[in-house]
Amino acid sequence: MSIEIPNAEGENIVILESFASHEVGAHRSARAVEVGELRAQAAELLAAGFRLALVSGHDDGLTLRVVYLFLAGGPDQRRELTVTLPAAEPVLPSLAELSVPASRFERELHDLFGIIPVGHPMPRRLVRHAHWPAGWYPMRRDAGPPPEFVDAERFPFLTVEGEGVYEIPVGPVHAGMIGPGHFRFSVVGETILRLKARLWFTHRGVEKLFEGLDPVASGRSVELAAAIAGDTSVGHTLAHCLAVEDALGLAMPAGAQRLRAMLLELERLYHHASDIGALANDVGFGLANSHAGRIREELLRINDAVTGHRLLRGAIGVGRISVRALPDLVRLRALADDLADVARQTLAKSMVYERFSGTAVLALRDAVDLGCLGPAARASGVAVDARVDHPFADLAVAPVLGEGGDVLARFTVRRDEFAQSVELVERLVAEAGPLSYAADVPADGVRGGDARAAGAEDDARSTASDVRGGAASGVLSAARSGVGIVEAWRGTVVHRVELDAAGRLLRAKVVDPSWFNWPAVPVSLTDTIVPDFPLVNKSFNLSYPGNDL
Amino acid sequence: MTVLAMVAPAAQVAGVLLGAPLVAGVMRQVRARLEGRVGAGVAQPWRDLRKHLRKQAMTPSGTTVVFSLAPAVVAGSALLIAAIVPLVTTFSPLDRMADLFAVVGLLLIGTVALALGGLDTGTAFGGMGASRGITIAALAEPTILLSVFALSLPAGSSNLGVIVAATAHDPWTVLSVPGALAFVALLTVIVAETGRLPVDNPSTHLELTMIHEAMELEYAGPRLALMEWASAMRLTVLLALLANLFAPWGIAGAGSGAGGFLLATVLIAAKVAVLALILGGIEVFVAKLRLFRVPELLAGSFVLALLAVTTSSFFASAVG
Repeated sequence: MSIEIPNAEGENIVILESFASHEVGAHRSARAVEVGELRAQAAELLAAGFRLALVSGHDDGLTLRVVYLFLAGGPDQRRELTVTLPAAEPVLPSLAELSVPASRFERELHDLFGIIPVGHPMPRRLVRHAHWPAGWYPMRRDAGPPPEFVDAERFPFLTVEGEGVYEIPVGPVHAGMIGPGHFRFSVVGETILRLKARLWFTHRGVEKLFEGLDPVASGRSVELAAAIAGDTSVGHTLAHCLAVEDALGLAMPAGAQRLRAMLLELERLYHHASDIGALANDVGFGLANSHAGRIREELLRINDAVTGHRLLRGAIGVGRISVRALPDLVRLRALADDLADVARQTLAKSMVYERFSGTAVLALRDAVDLGCLGPAARASGVAVDARVDHPFADLAVAPVLGEGGDVLARFTVRRDEFAQSVELVERLVAEAGPLSYAADVPADGVRGGDARAAGAEDDARSTASDVRGGAASGVLSAARSGVGIVEAWRGTVVHRVELDAAGRLLRAKVVDPSWFNWPAVPVSLTDTIVPDFPLVNKSFNLSYPGNDL
Repeated sequence: MTVLAMVAPAAQVAGVLLGAPLVAGVMRQVRARLEGRVGAGVAQPWRDLRKHLRKQAMTPSGTTVVFSLAPAVVAGSALLIAAIVPLVTTFSPLDRMADLFAVVGLLLIGTVALALGGLDTGTAFGGMGASRGITIAALAEPTILLSVFALSLPAGSSNLGVIVAATAHDPWTVLSVPGALAFVALLTVIVAETGRLPVDNPSTHLELTMIHEAMELEYAGPRLALMEWASAMRLTVLLALLANLFAPWGIAGAGSGAGGFLLATVLIAAKVAVLALILGGIEVFVAKLRLFRVPELLAGSFVLALLAVTTSSFFASAVG
C-alpha cells in the first residue's frame, strides 16, 4: 500500500503508493484526479492523518480547477489533489461528510467561483451576503465590476422557537475597536441555546487583488500580504514569501530563515501579552491589563529597534530578510519575568480563576473535527503547530499543550507560549549570523533555472523542478505553484500561489487560522451564559479580516 | 427651628448635586493611579456631563414617555433622598420624612424607573439589562432595609435622623457584632445597587456583560447626562448615609451654630471622599463575578443583615 522513498534531506518518508505523484515543491506532490475518484482519494488522505489545509479555486478559461491541499506533519508532507471541471457546468462531489473544513471551503468555492458542491448538507451562502446577486461570481476571470446590490436574495437566520426563547442581535458595529461581525444569540434566560456568527462584512477581495502582481519585481504583493490581517503582518508576509520562493525554487540559507523565525516569534510575543491582559480586563481585572499594556508597548519598541517598524513590517520580502538590530535580550528577559508575574497574579485571584475555569469548553473531539489551529486548538490538547509539522527554519519547538479546552486553558497556553517564544528568540539571537540577506532573484520573466541554481538544490529537487517548469503532465498547467506554511501567533497560516511564465501571480489563495477557528466559538458556547460571551470571544481572539479576505 | 436647619436640606441637595460627579471621578482616578495610569483627573465626570449636555437629545423611534421621563425620575428620587436623609444635620424640617422605609422605597423607585427606561426602548440590550438590574435590586433592597433596621433597634426608631443622632450620642453602639455585620451587609449592597465591581463593571464597553449601562445604552445627550449624574448621586448619597450611620462624628445637631453646620458639611464631604478612595482602591484588586454568582453574594449579605438584626434584637432585649 505504501512505499518509502528518501526525501530531499535523505530521510525516508512514507508515501501512500497511490499518491506517489509529481513533486511540485518542497515536500509537496500533486496529483490530478478525476471528479469521480476525488472523494475516495480525499478519504484515504484524511484517514492517513492528513488535514485539509486549503482549497483553492482557479479559473483557467474553459475549465475551472480546484486544488485541495492536504498537510501532515512528522515528517512534513504536503499533498495536492487537483480536479478539473468544465467552466460551463462546474460540479463537484461534496466532501462535507468527510471533513467540516471541506464543507466550508466548498461553500466559499460556490460563492466565489460558482462551483456547485453536490450532496452538500448545507449549501447556503457563506462569503457573499444577501445583497450580492445570485449568479455573479467575483473570482471568475470574466466577472467584471461588482454589480448593483439587490434586495431580492435571501440569507436568513435560523429562528430558535420555544417558550421563553428570545434573540439578542449584536453587531456588526460593536462598542470596542474590533472587526465587524454579527452575532445572533438565541437565549433562554441567560443561557445561550444557539449562536450564529455571521462574518464576511470586511470581504475586500484580497485574493483578487493579488492577481497580476509581480512578487519579485515590485513589492506590491508583499505589502498586500502584510495587510491581509494587520495584526498578523509577519505571519502573512512570510507565508506569502515562502510560497513565492517555493514556486521559484529559491532556497534561502538557514541563517536567513532563522531571522525570519525570530520576527515571527516577536509578533507572537506582543499579541500574547495583550491577549493575556485583555482576558483579565474582560473580567474586570484592569490592573493586569495595564501591566500587560506596558509590556506590549515595550515589546513594540523592541520591534521598532529590530525592524524600524513597531508592527514588524517591511523586514521580509521575497528572497530577502533584513533587520536593523537583534532584540535586546536583557530587556526581553525582564519582560518575560514581568508577564509571568502578571499571569500568576491574575490567576491567583480566585474571582478571575473562577471566571476562567470551566468556561466555554472546546472538547478535543470538536477541535479536531473542526480543524482548529493555533493556541485555541492546543488549549484543547490538539498537538498542531506548523513550527513542528512544517518547519521552514532549523528550530526545535515542542508544542505547548493545554488541558480542558476552557478559557483558562487558552489563557495558560498563551502564557506558556510567551515564555517559550522568549526562549526561542534568545536561542535565535545567540546563533544569529548576518542581519540581512538578499537572494539573487533576476527580475525578468525567465528566471526559473537561474534561481534554482543559486540555491543549494539537490538532484531530486531539480528533477521535480523540471516537471514543474516543463508542464510535463499537461494537467497541472504551465503555472508554477508554491506553498508557504507558517505558525503565526493565531495558528497556522497557509498561502498557495501560482506564477505564470513571466513570474506574475496568477492566483494567491490565503487561509488564516481564523477560518478554521471561527466555527469553534459557537460550539464551545454550549451551556455558557450570555455575559460570559465577550470573555469567550476574547479567549479565541479571532481575526475578522483574516477570515473575510 | 433655626434658619440654619431650614438651609440644611438645600445644602445637602446642592452638595450632592455638585459633589456626585467628583465622587465618581475620585474612584476612577484612584483606580487609574493604582493601575499605573495617569488618569483623566477627578473632574473628568464633570467634563463628560458638560459634553453630554451640549449634545442633541435623541429619542429613539418607538419609545414612549417612559423613556423620556426615566432620567428625571431617577435623578429626582436620588435628589429627594439627598434632601431628607441626615447628611449635614440630624435636625432638619424634612427629618420626619427620613424614614428608613421611605428611603428604601425611593431608591427602588429610581431602580424601577431605570429598568423601565431600558425596557421601553424594546432593544435586546435594554431588556437584558433591565432583567439583570431588577434581579439584583430585588435581592439588594431588602438587605439595605434589614441592615439599617439592625441599627434602628438600639435607637428604637426607624427614623434615620434618630438613628444617626443616637449613634452620634453614643458612638460605641456601632462597634458591636450587629454593627459590624450590618456594615458589611450594607457596603455589599451599596456596591451592587450602584453597579460597581465585583457586581457590575462601569468601565466596560462589552454590551453583553453590562447591567446598569445596558439600560442606558439608548440614551444620548442631556438625558444621558442626567442618567449618569443620577447614578453618581445615588452612589454619593448611599456612601454619605453609610458614613453617617457608622461614623456620624461632627454631624450638626439641634444646637449647632453656623460653624457647626460648616464643619459638618466639610466632614461629610471628607468622609465620602475617604470612602470613595477606599472603594476605588478595593476595585483595583477584585474582578467581576460571574453573573450567576451575584445572587450568591447578595444572599450572603442578606444573611449577614439578618444576623445583624437578630443579634441586635438579642442585645437590645438583654440590655433592656
